Amino acid sequence: MACEQGRGKLDAYLDGELGPAEASVLGVHLRACAACAAEALGRVQMKRAVHVAGTRYAVSAELRDRIAKSIAPKTRRESGWHWQILAIPALLVLILSVAVNFYAGRENARRQRVYSELADLHVAALASAAPVDVVSTDRHTVKPWFQGKIPFTFNLPELQGSEFTLLGGRVTYFAQTPGAHLIYQVRKHEVSVFIFQDRTFGDHGEETATLPTGPVHALSFNAESWAQGGLRCFVVGDVGPEEIQALSKLLRDAG
Amino acid sequence: MKVPEKPVTGVTFEELAMPLFDQLYNFARWLAQDTAEAEDLVQETYAKALRGFSSFQAGTNFRAWMYRILRNSFLSSRTGLKTMVAIDGEADENLLPAEDITPESILIEQANREMVQEALTELSVPFREILLLCEVEEMSYQEISETLVIPVGTVMSRLFRARKALRVLLRKRIEGGRDGV
Repeated sequence: MACEQGRGKLDAYLDGELGPAEASVLGVHLRACAACAAEALGRVQMKRAVHVAGTRYAVSAELRDRIAKSIAPKTRRESGWHWQILAIPALLVLILSVAVNFYAGRENARRQRVYSELADLHVAALASAAPVDVVSTDRHTVKPWFQGKIPFTFNLPELQGSEFTLLGGRVTYFAQTPGAHLIYQVRKHEVSVFIFQDRTFGDHGEETATLPTGPVHALSFNAESWAQGGLRCFVVGDVGPEEIQALSKLLRDAG
Repeated sequence: MKVPEKPVTGVTFEELAMPLFDQLYNFARWLAQDTAEAEDLVQETYAKALRGFSSFQAGTNFRAWMYRILRNSFLSSRTGLKTMVAIDGEADENLLPAEDITPESILIEQANREMVQEALTELSVPFREILLLCEVEEMSYQEISETLVIPVGTVMSRLFRARKALRVLLRKRIEGGRDGV
């Protein structure tokens, strides 16, 4: 390789840009040619001098912090916002769900207490030697019997043509409040009908609205409840739900 | 410092860009010749790059991309518009060195860093930036080509002219120094 040709490629050689074959040829020439080797050494020194001189300016810590914050925390903040946007409704739904479940659970417990107590009254009356204080199948005898004993009045249905028979009635208490307890018979089963003032349940923390209207199955008994004319009626017995509903309908129609 | 040519999936802009911070500032400072303007340039570069990062094409050179944004920001600045000058005859440049007596040999003895810095400052921006990219940033011709958006052949010829111009400036200073003594 001629010196002139070699020096034309010297920059590319020193910049590492020459192909392997050309670099090899030039390398051989530089080892053989003292003048070209000195030229190469000078250019390497120049490259080094420019590198050192060019690495001159140091960045301030303040600028570094400012830019680092402008590119890093912003994205984290944004993702934080996304997280919050998603999390807040999710949290509200969770709180609402817990509240609804808690409320539903509490209301269910209330209902259970009411029906448990009524079932107790039903069983206690049937177990008694005198389940009823007024013994009569005639509604016109039973209804007047309650006058002066309870603070309200009620109507009883005409049972002619139905499968139900009125056995009588007694005064009962629920949460220290008097009410009417009537006992009907259907086939060989006794069914209790309880009538209280509707406010009884509200006054004692048993919200009327939470008591279900319609058939209920509790403690192996079937039951039905409804509110009518300021009164709350319950039909409780061990008969099937059809009989409970049939008697309930008769009572509702009479009321 | 090695920067991956292709951003790995899941790698954030911060992870790729912050390692380049010192070099970018140094480059910006050399271009602008003013601290405040260099800081603005770097800040503008990072802001633009962050906005455009989603459109950054994998497989292209991230470092060259960052330097190109910085350089374009500089060129569109008031200082940049004033300092960039047209360079004639780049494609036809003869790559042979012009002088037999080179100032490099003198530099070996003198090793005057300040002198080189002053000479670099005196160079036109196109010569200064290509020398900095090659010698300071140690970019390949291909990277320089991508950064300056010029063909590789033009990189080689402009680099040659820049080195030659630097040698001339250094020669003047060395000779002036000798005359003064």
